[in-house]
Amino acid sequence: MKFAVVEFPGSNCDHDAYHATKHVLGQDAEFVWHKDADLGGADVVVLPGGFSYGDYLRTGAIARFSPVMARVREFADAGGPVIGICNGFQVLLEAGLLEGALLRNRDLKFLCEHVHIRIERTDTPFTAGAVAGQVLRVPIAHGEGNFHASPETVAALEANRQVIFRYCAEDGELSDRSNPNGSVSAIAGICNAGRNVVGLMPHPERACESMLGSTDGRVLFESVISSIAATGVV
Amino acid sequence: MKTRVFVTLKPSVFDPQGRTIVEALGSMGYASVHDVRQGKYFELEVAAATVDEARATVSEVADKLLANPVIESYRVEVDGDDGP
Repeated sequence: MKFAVVEFPGSNCDHDAYHATKHVLGQDAEFVWHKDADLGGADVVVLPGGFSYGDYLRTGAIARFSPVMARVREFADAGGPVIGICNGFQVLLEAGLLEGALLRNRDLKFLCEHVHIRIERTDTPFTAGAVAGQVLRVPIAHGEGNFHASPETVAALEANRQVIFRYCAEDGELSDRSNPNGSVSAIAGICNAGRNVVGLMPHPERACESMLGSTDGRVLFESVISSIAATGVV
Repeated sequence: MKTRVFVTLKPSVFDPQGRTIVEALGSMGYASVHDVRQGKYFELEVAAATVDEARATVSEVADKLLANPVIESYRVEVDGDDGP
């Protein structure tokens, strides 16, 4: 199983994603530079966290025009599993591969802490190995993670079961207090209509080893590894 | 040709920066300022034969890059254009 970790100028969680997939989960992993013309035959594409292009203009706004993003779009259109984490989620939204936008956090603070998220749907390659309602303890580290979309778009995301992760309390209950950044409907992550493109603000790749305080993030990577192994397609 | 693009959050989108600024103004004694919306301002020098051509190019650029239509709207000004 080969993971491609896309590096933009300013990505800074690229090595976290590489380490998690290569060293913790024992998979093949390769960095792909944003100017590269191909994805190196990868089975899974990871858009990592960071500050691509210094967050100039808007988060992810410049990165979406990187040459490699045309390849990522083709890969996604062909059904290939793509996950965008934090800044990677922002890039997917700017690229239109996912719907919505991310605003400044409600209180304008950069949030760096562990939060709980609830897995809402297990019919994506990244959550297939989880149980609906399962609560993960994972870190967040962002200043612009306040998910926003028009009421019509939010209603469509809900109706199409595209809300994959919600911020919650430790017991899985939703409350304003457990929503760290003010995201509408406590949305922490969504998928596309084809369900193969998933984006989320929390960092599952930083929650794969007990030394780092949580191993709850592993289920996303284990899920996609099993999904591909089971179907044999990418 | 000199052009200007003003990008602002749509009225339906909460602007936490604007809120913080208006609260700061309130604490400074400017109670008469009751709303602030923060936006972005761009100056673009465009090689174009006509005002309409410059406006078309800049609008396209704003649609594709300068503004995110999900959360933002924009207004274009072109030097020499008195408007409709």
